[in-house]
Amino acid sequence: MPDATAKSVKIAGGQGFYGDTPAAVDALLAEGVDYLCLEALAELTLAILQKDRQRDEARGYTRDLPAYLTRALPYVVDGGTKIITNAGGINAAAAAHVAIETARQMGITGIKIATVVGDDVLARLDELHTTEQQALTHLDTGAPFDTFPGPALFASAYLGARPIAQALAEGADVVITGRVADASLFLAPCAHEHGWAWDDWDRLAAGILVGHLLECSGQSLGGNYSGDWWALPHPWDLPYPIATVGEDGSAVISKPKASGGRVSTDTLRHQLLYEVHDPARYLAPDVVADFTSARFEDLPDDRVRITGVHGEPATDTYKLLISAHAGWSGETRVAFSWPDAYEKAKATAAILRKRVEMAGLAVDEWLVEYWGVDALGGPTVPKTTHEPPECVLRVAWRCADQRTAGLVGRELVPLTLSAPPAGFTGAGRGGGSATELLSIWPTLIDKAVVDPNLRVVLEEVR
Amino acid sequence: MARLALRELCGYRSGDKGDIANVAIFADDDETYALIVREVTAERVKAHFGTMVTGKVERYEAANVRALNFVMHGALAGGGPSSLRADALGKTLGGALVRLEIDVPDAMANRRRARPDVSWADEILK
Repeated sequence: MPDATAKSVKIAGGQGFYGDTPAAVDALLAEGVDYLCLEALAELTLAILQKDRQRDEARGYTRDLPAYLTRALPYVVDGGTKIITNAGGINAAAAAHVAIETARQMGITGIKIATVVGDDVLARLDELHTTEQQALTHLDTGAPFDTFPGPALFASAYLGARPIAQALAEGADVVITGRVADASLFLAPCAHEHGWAWDDWDRLAAGILVGHLLECSGQSLGGNYSGDWWALPHPWDLPYPIATVGEDGSAVISKPKASGGRVSTDTLRHQLLYEVHDPARYLAPDVVADFTSARFEDLPDDRVRITGVHGEPATDTYKLLISAHAGWSGETRVAFSWPDAYEKAKATAAILRKRVEMAGLAVDEWLVEYWGVDALGGPTVPKTTHEPPECVLRVAWRCADQRTAGLVGRELVPLTLSAPPAGFTGAGRGGGSATELLSIWPTLIDKAVVDPNLRVVLEEVR
Repeated sequence: MARLALRELCGYRSGDKGDIANVAIFADDDETYALIVREVTAERVKAHFGTMVTGKVERYEAANVRALNFVMHGALAGGGPSSLRADALGKTLGGALVRLEIDVPDAMANRRRARPDVSWADEILK
């Protein structure tokens, strides 16, 4: 039996993405968590933040940060809770400035804000490829870096837990980072509180597994769940997860009491394999975790205990994500009703393409989807003679420039009176707006060329 | 022998990284897990998806949670941020996978997973 006085660390995952609900942290904070971890950066968020900073040097962080801090800082002041977030984006210093201002406006002084910097290597990219001999080969396709369709919009390495733990060791109450491996946000407080060594692979793997379960907010507690999702208690109030982690790496996953959703081995295993390739070798900056070694045990009252996680030594590299502009896309949708809905849709798609060709507009790529027929399932949908009651045609296109992408959609408008029968123009961007597309170039970078530039900057709010 | 769609046998969840989608399927008991390990091969999954998956399909086992994880390359028409697909992140690929039919022992022929009861939604939508 575990020692009843043994220390455990209670961590909550309070945000799963940029645009998530700040109010969700209230229930977590009321539960008395030791650490509130806020994960704000999807793969592409840095592109949005980069644009923000291009317009205003004081931006580049996720702008909902003050909304989270307003709710959480009172608990920090009480000494009960610390906050860890990657809301820094590509301007962690600006995020820290905003955090300090938010605290001051709330009449709070004395707390310490730390930033972790060094993940952003955009300015050094060419030097890294040449002088530092980083191959920067595309991780999935093997394409060499000289085929990268630049210029690069952002290039940030996924840092690990160690600099965050260092910030905590230096007394930080709030730690703001840029790009960090999501699960490492959660490993850091465990490693810091329990004093785990950075080569204690099994414990580090346990922390990473916990982080992976907590990083997507409601997705481990019945969100996006293929079980009896319709039977979950109050599905409109899906909770956010909490992990209580022991010194030995064992963990209990739970949720705020009286909230909706469910914590079970079944809901957790849905998240366990999410965005995972080889589950026996989940690559985190800090460790290679074997998710197939974990033992899950359902406990009463929406709790699950996880034990036995095994880890292998970390690799010598960080994942580096580079992004570049990839053209402009537009789309339009037109709905057709029975009879012959699918055939009308197909004919309209072909007519649109011919009109675009006649107008001399250059389109690099077309995509046509028939919603209500096989838009989502493609070849997996069984062929049928059953006619759909309606079919929504969706046509999408990619062009090299924004103006052309907008003009393509407008070629549909004259078809109102001259297309196959009873096309009902629904929502869509046929009016002429276009969306910028981005390519991503995942690659690896030696830790040895990144680590010397990592800094933890600590500032006290006065 | 009978034929059943995976829909009646397994849970599912899909995810993405770049132009690679992963779809996991979950069994609820050892017998069903042994069945899907035997029948749901990477080759069958690749054939099932046809032109939707342009690259290789790899299969991994996670027996601790009775799951199979299929990693499908070239499954997202270039990957989320540059894909023209409405479902650029492959969120619906799990549903597409569980259409796959496999041979099951006669004793399992009547297996069905529950169908949704959303009568509570009718109440709210009144």
